[in-house]
Amino acid sequence: MLVTAAIALIAFYVPTDADQGLSQKIFYFHVPIALTAYACFGWGAWKALRVLWNRDERADLESYVAIHLGVIFGALTLLTGSIWARASWGVWWAWQSKQLVLFLVLFLFYCAYFMLRYSVEPGPRRANLSAVYAIFGVVLIPVSFLAIRLAEDFIHPTVFTDHGPQMAGSMFFTFCVSWAAMLATAHALYRIELAGKRIDARLRELKELLA
Amino acid sequence: MRRYAADVSALARKDLLLELRARDTLPAMLLFVVAALVVFHFALPTGSGRLAGLGLLWVAIVFTALLGLSRSFVAEREQGVLDALVLAPSDRSAIWLGKTVAAFAFLALAEVVALPAFAIFFSGIDGATVAGVALADIGICTVGVFLAAMSVATRARELLLPVLFLPLAIPVVIGGVGASVTGSPARYLGFLALYDALFATICWASFEYVVTE
Repeated sequence: MLVTAAIALIAFYVPTDADQGLSQKIFYFHVPIALTAYACFGWGAWKALRVLWNRDERADLESYVAIHLGVIFGALTLLTGSIWARASWGVWWAWQSKQLVLFLVLFLFYCAYFMLRYSVEPGPRRANLSAVYAIFGVVLIPVSFLAIRLAEDFIHPTVFTDHGPQMAGSMFFTFCVSWAAMLATAHALYRIELAGKRIDARLRELKELLA
Repeated sequence: MRRYAADVSALARKDLLLELRARDTLPAMLLFVVAALVVFHFALPTGSGRLAGLGLLWVAIVFTALLGLSRSFVAEREQGVLDALVLAPSDRSAIWLGKTVAAFAFLALAEVVALPAFAIFFSGIDGATVAGVALADIGICTVGVFLAAMSVATRARELLLPVLFLPLAIPVVIGGVGASVTGSPARYLGFLALYDALFATICWASFEYVVTE
């Protein structure tokens, strides 16, 4: 529902940008997807903290599913960002865009998370290692952001102006609806994936009992 | 507090002594870093300038550190020492800190050779670069030892360490390159110090979960 509303608003309601024309509309997908990815990573780290503190075994799976979704949304961010860069700057990849570079670093980091996870036998050991690495991730986000900001001074002195504060009311409204839609999608996917994984685990237990 | 310091220094001394007797990590690191500098000479076409060389110096440092770090828990694993250390009546984070001190010593020794070699082969090095290297070493060793302890617990072993480590090392490289190529290194050095403090705290607090179940 929300997704449909967001798409409708983006397509018909919001005024087309004077400078960038139609391609600016991808902004309403790109930025909400990026923010949703952050939310997923943050949620994953929160659940990871619960694994370590409360010895909560269910939280391990929840943390994993949240990060899994975060990586999917992160990949979508890279994809939409790349399309946007192509449309407005004429290149598929722009190192000048801080957000895109940050997402590339995070994408690499969280891919390593999967490698780590699949390289350890399931059990408390794996839960611990994944949880610790997930917590490293949320620390890495601000640190990398700061680092990439700093790197601009000696790599690319030009800065692209932000869209943020100068958004008109209708644009901001559309943006918020789109963000809410993305968060709702992520939440729904999180629920489905979690339920699926839990049924899977249950099924495996039953099979072992029968065998 | 005194006890903790004694534990850390005993563990660090153990690693340094082992290295002194067996000599299997440090010579490899030294040879590797000098060979890498020679490779860089041929990788940089004439006219690349000294900034490109300084950038590559950081590549050499990170990869030399990786070489040493991937070996850092091998002896523990092969001899089953890690289980004994975990059982020992001391704080688990002392294992991490002792190992970090030893890894830092190895890396610093490798750089005592690498930096003059770089100065001879390529271009001179200023004080800011040396300060950047020192601060970056702390960050590389704290995070690297932590991840090395993680990777020995996995099936992929040493293979996993570079994959886990490099995304976390990107901020270090940015800070280090910034400190050595820009005119105002202070903010980059500050950033490196911030990185060290932040990750050292997390590693210190969470190491226990890496070695226990």
